Amino acid sequence: MEQARTLFDKVWDSHVIVTREDGESLLWVDRHFVHEGSHHAFRQVDTRNLPVAEPRLTFGIADHYVPTRNRPAIADPEIAGMVERLSGNAARHGFRLFGLEDPDQGIVHVVGPEQGLTLPGLLVVCGDSHTSTHGALGAYAFGIGASEVAHVLMTQTLWQRKPKRMRIRINGTLPPGLSAKDLALQVIRTIGADGARGHALEYAGDAISALSMEGRLTLCNMSIEAGARCAMVAPDAVTFAYLRGRPMAPQGAAFEQACTAWQGLASDPGAVFDREIALDAGSIAPLVTWGVSPEDALPIDAHVPDPAAEADPARAGYLQQALDYMGLRAGMPLEQVAVDRVFIGSCTNARIEDLRAAAAILKGRKAAVPGLVSPGSSRVKAQAEREGLDRIFREAGLEWADSGCSMCVGMNGDLVAAGERCASTTNRNFRGRQGKDARTHLMSPAMVAAAAVTGRLTDLRKLARG
Amino acid sequence: MERFTRLDALACPLGLANVDTDQLIPARFMSRPRSEGYGRFLLHDLRFGPEGQSLGFPLDAARHAGASAIVARRNFGTGSSREAAVYALWDYGIRCVIAPSFGDIFASNAVKNGLLPAQVSPDDAEAILGGLETAELPRLVVDLETQRIEAGGRSFGFSIDAVRRLQLLNGWDDLDLTRRHAEEIVAFRTRRLAEAPWVMPG
Repeated sequence: MEQARTLFDKVWDSHVIVTREDGESLLWVDRHFVHEGSHHAFRQVDTRNLPVAEPRLTFGIADHYVPTRNRPAIADPEIAGMVERLSGNAARHGFRLFGLEDPDQGIVHVVGPEQGLTLPGLLVVCGDSHTSTHGALGAYAFGIGASEVAHVLMTQTLWQRKPKRMRIRINGTLPPGLSAKDLALQVIRTIGADGARGHALEYAGDAISALSMEGRLTLCNMSIEAGARCAMVAPDAVTFAYLRGRPMAPQGAAFEQACTAWQGLASDPGAVFDREIALDAGSIAPLVTWGVSPEDALPIDAHVPDPAAEADPARAGYLQQALDYMGLRAGMPLEQVAVDRVFIGSCTNARIEDLRAAAAILKGRKAAVPGLVSPGSSRVKAQAEREGLDRIFREAGLEWADSGCSMCVGMNGDLVAAGERCASTTNRNFRGRQGKDARTHLMSPAMVAAAAVTGRLTDLRKLARG
Repeated sequence: MERFTRLDALACPLGLANVDTDQLIPARFMSRPRSEGYGRFLLHDLRFGPEGQSLGFPLDAARHAGASAIVARRNFGTGSSREAAVYALWDYGIRCVIAPSFGDIFASNAVKNGLLPAQVSPDDAEAILGGLETAELPRLVVDLETQRIEAGGRSFGFSIDAVRRLQLLNGWDDLDLTRRHAEEIVAFRTRRLAEAPWVMPG
């Protein structure tokens, strides 16, 4: 009898070209996304004077450096150079570009699934750590560095050692107002920022089955913040309904044929995981980060940690340094932390559902602090405008902008000023991530909206209607 | 790629956990061409104030001038996949980072550039950090052949994936290894597109 295999095993096995005696496997890559930051890799390709091996499986997306205001003009020549270099590489090597003026442009991890480019069972790579996002559709998707990007460009393959398998089962029902972001932060604070290091993660359980595709994308996106090599959800009816009719997904009979194959990808009963963890969705409160790592997350009704109460001196030192950077007082209630601005955007939380959740809180209210809303893609932006969400954000006093990585990484000039505190739907609260000496608190879109209304970290449930 | 066999060098202790790649090189420097050298961007915002003045970060202490190794706490290189983090370390002169754990993508990027990510136990990391603080000269020896670190009169083992160890020892380039499998790649491609036609987008 055939050995029971996990979802990851099945996708891995179907991509192995050859396995060396030392255990490294050469894998076939089905989708390769590149962005403006991939310029180091293209330089390596040019140095060797080689073509891109599979231009039809390569897709360029302008997202990291693109402006979110006054397009298509780019004021900063250095940033303009980055965007132009990607366009040049796309033209020269003949791959499809979702450029600055393309109505389908957006953040790579939003656009891939949205276009139907990301499909179950595919191996997807991109020179960006949040490539784990695409695993929500049952793809094996992971971020790679520039040398690996160059290798994929030249060969459409990648050497990998098979990671261990880990399953996180989340059962129970998320309390009203909570979302996939709270699940993600709960996972990370439970297992740590390196808790899934070296592992391919699979999410299972009825809380996962109940998640929309947008929610699954958020959860898989944040899995890199737990150190996971990749994260996956087995394709199911939610996946197929999401993909049906997407522009670049298979159509008609080909789609039905693909669905039949995809149905077989789920982990077999009895498949063995190297690690198993169980969480209860029902017991989660809205989470916010207080420190400088995504693992520094606490329920909104908690207090800022006190280094003096910490027995381990290294841990106490870590807490103190984090509090110093964040400008927080030990022991203060999180709900008393005042914010200077808010940001709703990024590959984590800027899909249509995220914008709807934030708008539901902001509707008919004014923001007490300034803020920026940057939709995950130009298509999401258009959809939100059809639904009138842009009006809600504007009337609340927030700025409604174009799509890109924007203030999550600050490469395009959308920055949080030094010393300012930002309630953010993004994925990283690292020192300086949103700008030099900027202070980031991660939370869900509804929680960011609540913080916008009150000007401090706030339990969204106090503002939820009916 | 440069080979790594043995390093006998000054080392800088960084008593920090979760040193992410955004700290190793802040995003705003990444549009610069590598030819300018990335060494001056290494850990920039921890090292320099708004006017470029030194903040007294350990790397800039006279004691650690010319360090070729860094010792840190857990989860070094977590976060963004930016290989520029490795470029910054390399261009600064760092050839080895010793820590209890590394971000997976960082560790992979490091090896592809000839930089050794040497994983030690949390206790050994503390011992090496402590030893470097008190030693007259913060020096250590890292031997990749024997997978040992000599520091402060003590010897510590470290772990690294066997394949990565061989790559570093031999200075192997992935592309050369891949090219040996050119025929298998072509055969695989044909089979893959026949069995799963939806792989080729419409």
